[in-house]
Amino acid sequence: MTDFERLKEQSIREWTDLTGGTRAVITLGTASCGRAAGAMAVRRSIEEALAKHGVEARILEVGCIGSCYLEPMVDVTLPGGPRFSYGNVQPAWAERIVASHFLEGKPLASKVVGHFGRDAIEGIPGFFDLPMFAPQVRIVLKNCGFIDPENLHHSIANGGYAGLHKALQKPPGDVISEVEAAGLRGRGGAGFPTGRKWRFCSEAEGEMKYVICNADEGDPGAFMNRSLIEGDPHAVLEGMLIAGYAIGASRGYVYIRAEYPLAIERLKKAMAQMRAEGLLGEGILGSPFSFDIGIKEGAGAFVCGEETALIASIEGRRGMPRTRPPFPVQEGLHGRPTVINNVETLGTLPHILRNGAAWYRGFGTEANPGTKTFSLVGKIRRTGLIEVPLGMPLRKIIFDIGGGTLKPFRAVQTGGPSGGCLSEEFLDTPVGYESLAKAGSIMGSGGLIVMDTDTCVVDIARYFLDFIQKESCGKCTPCRVGTRHMVEILERITGGEGELRDLDKLQLLAQTVKKTSLCGLGQTAPNPVLTTLAYFRSEYLQHIQERYCSAVVCRPLLEYFIIPEKCTGCQRCVAACPTGAITGPRAEVHNLDASKCIKCRSCYEICRFEAIAGNAIQIRSGGGL
Amino acid sequence: MCARADLLFKDFRGEEGDLIPLLQRAQATFGFVGPEAVGAIARFLRITENQIYGVASFYAQFRFTAPARHGIKVCLGTACHVKGGAILLDSLERDLGIAPGGKTPDDQFELDRVACLGCCALAPVLTVDEDVYSSMTVNKLKETLKRYD
Ligand SMILES: Cc1cc2nc3c(=O)[nH]c(=O)nc-3n(C[C@H](O)[C@H](O)[C@H](O)COP(=O)(O)O)c2cc1C
Ligand code: FES
Repeated sequence: MTDFERLKEQSIREWTDLTGGTRAVITLGTASCGRAAGAMAVRRSIEEALAKHGVEARILEVGCIGSCYLEPMVDVTLPGGPRFSYGNVQPAWAERIVASHFLEGKPLASKVVGHFGRDAIEGIPGFFDLPMFAPQVRIVLKNCGFIDPENLHHSIANGGYAGLHKALQKPPGDVISEVEAAGLRGRGGAGFPTGRKWRFCSEAEGEMKYVICNADEGDPGAFMNRSLIEGDPHAVLEGMLIAGYAIGASRGYVYIRAEYPLAIERLKKAMAQMRAEGLLGEGILGSPFSFDIGIKEGAGAFVCGEETALIASIEGRRGMPRTRPPFPVQEGLHGRPTVINNVETLGTLPHILRNGAAWYRGFGTEANPGTKTFSLVGKIRRTGLIEVPLGMPLRKIIFDIGGGTLKPFRAVQTGGPSGGCLSEEFLDTPVGYESLAKAGSIMGSGGLIVMDTDTCVVDIARYFLDFIQKESCGKCTPCRVGTRHMVEILERITGGEGELRDLDKLQLLAQTVKKTSLCGLGQTAPNPVLTTLAYFRSEYLQHIQERYCSAVVCRPLLEYFIIPEKCTGCQRCVAACPTGAITGPRAEVHNLDASKCIKCRSCYEICRFEAIAGNAIQIRSGGGL
Repeated sequence: MCARADLLFKDFRGEEGDLIPLLQRAQATFGFVGPEAVGAIARFLRITENQIYGVASFYAQFRFTAPARHGIKVCLGTACHVKGGAILLDSLERDLGIAPGGKTPDDQFELDRVACLGCCALAPVLTVDEDVYSSMTVNKLKETLKRYD
């Protein structure tokens, strides 16, 4: 028996002891999203309820299963029974869940969102049959939400390190061929074929080579990489080992945002456990292959996600990109050949090595094989982290998985600040590197922001450009100066001071910045502007010609007013208004002085949410014009 | 500072790539990167203080003045932006009388923006110290701050 087989046997024993049907298990999602929603308070109340009723159950903390809108999530498995999932759990429910589910054996049907059993259960849908999950294919995220991410044995019992074990039986060149055959493309945004990148690096001269995991995740509205590391850190670390073996590297780094403390902690714990079991360091799994990994915390600069800037940052310098070639595969960290791959790219590798290239090609399309994770957020019913086969139309993602928008759909932004804003006519675009580029956007790393008619696309263009402008490293002029001019113009337009000729200026500037910037940051920064100008020109025109923002977002174009018939004279808004703009005695219609109003929203919120108020305060745009 | 300075350099060998991790450790230890820390790091790595400030000032993470008692961070990631994060920030700026990056004269609060805290499903989000507040409104915000007086 090899070292690995022994380790696997031991892991399966531990896993079966936990999930084999002899114990009661409570599974709790405690990734960042779960914690923010209050998972830790739920845990405490469940522990109290268990203790009070003298019920024994193991509490298993897991990563995010993807349905962030249902957090906090608590799953209950009784010995021999299926796992039931409760969503949006409040600490106050703990008592009833324990009393009904544990003591009477009856799940609280009204609070259960789904079950994970093999057989149908009357009145309760299968979790993976829920509309959010049915169209998904979970490869990278397979273990997220199921295993304890801080337990190496859980990973191994669920297939972890089997891919590495297989890879180590082959010559490195064959591992590269397998990845080439699978057609895996880089998930960090550009979609460069991973196998080809490795081939270049393995052929580059040099004794010392490096593997870097890019966990900088700079898109300000995306969290795929964080979620994967928090839910299954071993998948990513195993991917680094496979990459290291394939290209002949003995050292790797994870470059990760310092804003991700939980992910960093989980990586560190995972690495300590790997070391203890011979999966890190000298002679991995008894083979001649040695590899070690260090963690480098990013210090808060978007541009450091770009590979040459990232290298500069690891070397202790200002994180500025440089021109390529030479590419990092030839001259990377400390001038040595270096492969840089994204977290998700690396997390996919173990599955490819374990199941083979042909299996992987069974998902997705010919030119875009496999699956891609997306963080689905914005004005959408079901927000969360999803994984779908490439080639799925945007419509299916937004309406079937995401459940559609609250107000009518207006736009979807793919690729974060480097991507484009696509209108309704692009909804049948299949997600893929080429198809999205053709539409003027990019695939990017997986941010998907959905907007309804309450979101202003001109404001979104301004938002992304403002973000980029603040993050521009300043090395090249088009990006440093060009983006600043563009922000100024967009601020004029959203501020109601735009002129028609601003649109031509904006278009020209955008094209210049796109063509002449040094790195990908500047080259892609104009995308949100170019796409909104092309697909939502009428919105720009309304802002400029009518001082009208149809989404009621751009504040200088808004006006607050009171509908007299609805006002109950409750004086709540009078108390809330910080500037004394609203006046009026109790039980009489109040008066709002527009010249004093700073549009801070306090009165609007209060008038909508307080029971005695009558939803009398309204906001409109372009009303007086 | 002396005893703690030894701790600062534990596990480091004085290589070029140590600068950013050292600045991070100094900030984690003292709450900010002060002149003493910069001086000590310069001696340890045998580089000038100017070189250190040149690198440190590039990264948003580093701060050169002592932090206030409570730090408020408003998420202005995309999901929070479309759900009104900027209105929360404005309201804080007005109530506290400070701009992002500033702190109140009594050192009670400081204000900053962040990009995506990873809980976009609960937007708009802000944090006060280690506490995360989700689905915030302007009025809830006022109540929340009272807890930190
Ligand atoms: C401005 C800029 C920011 C980037 N940010 C990231 C990032 O946050 N994460 C990432 O994996 N790649 C990012 N990239 C892409 C990387 O340069 C690089 O292509 C990628 O990490 C390669 O890995 P992959 O082939 O596995 O995708 C960025 C590129 C640019 C130009
Ligand atoms: S955008 Fe605010 S938490 Fe993601």
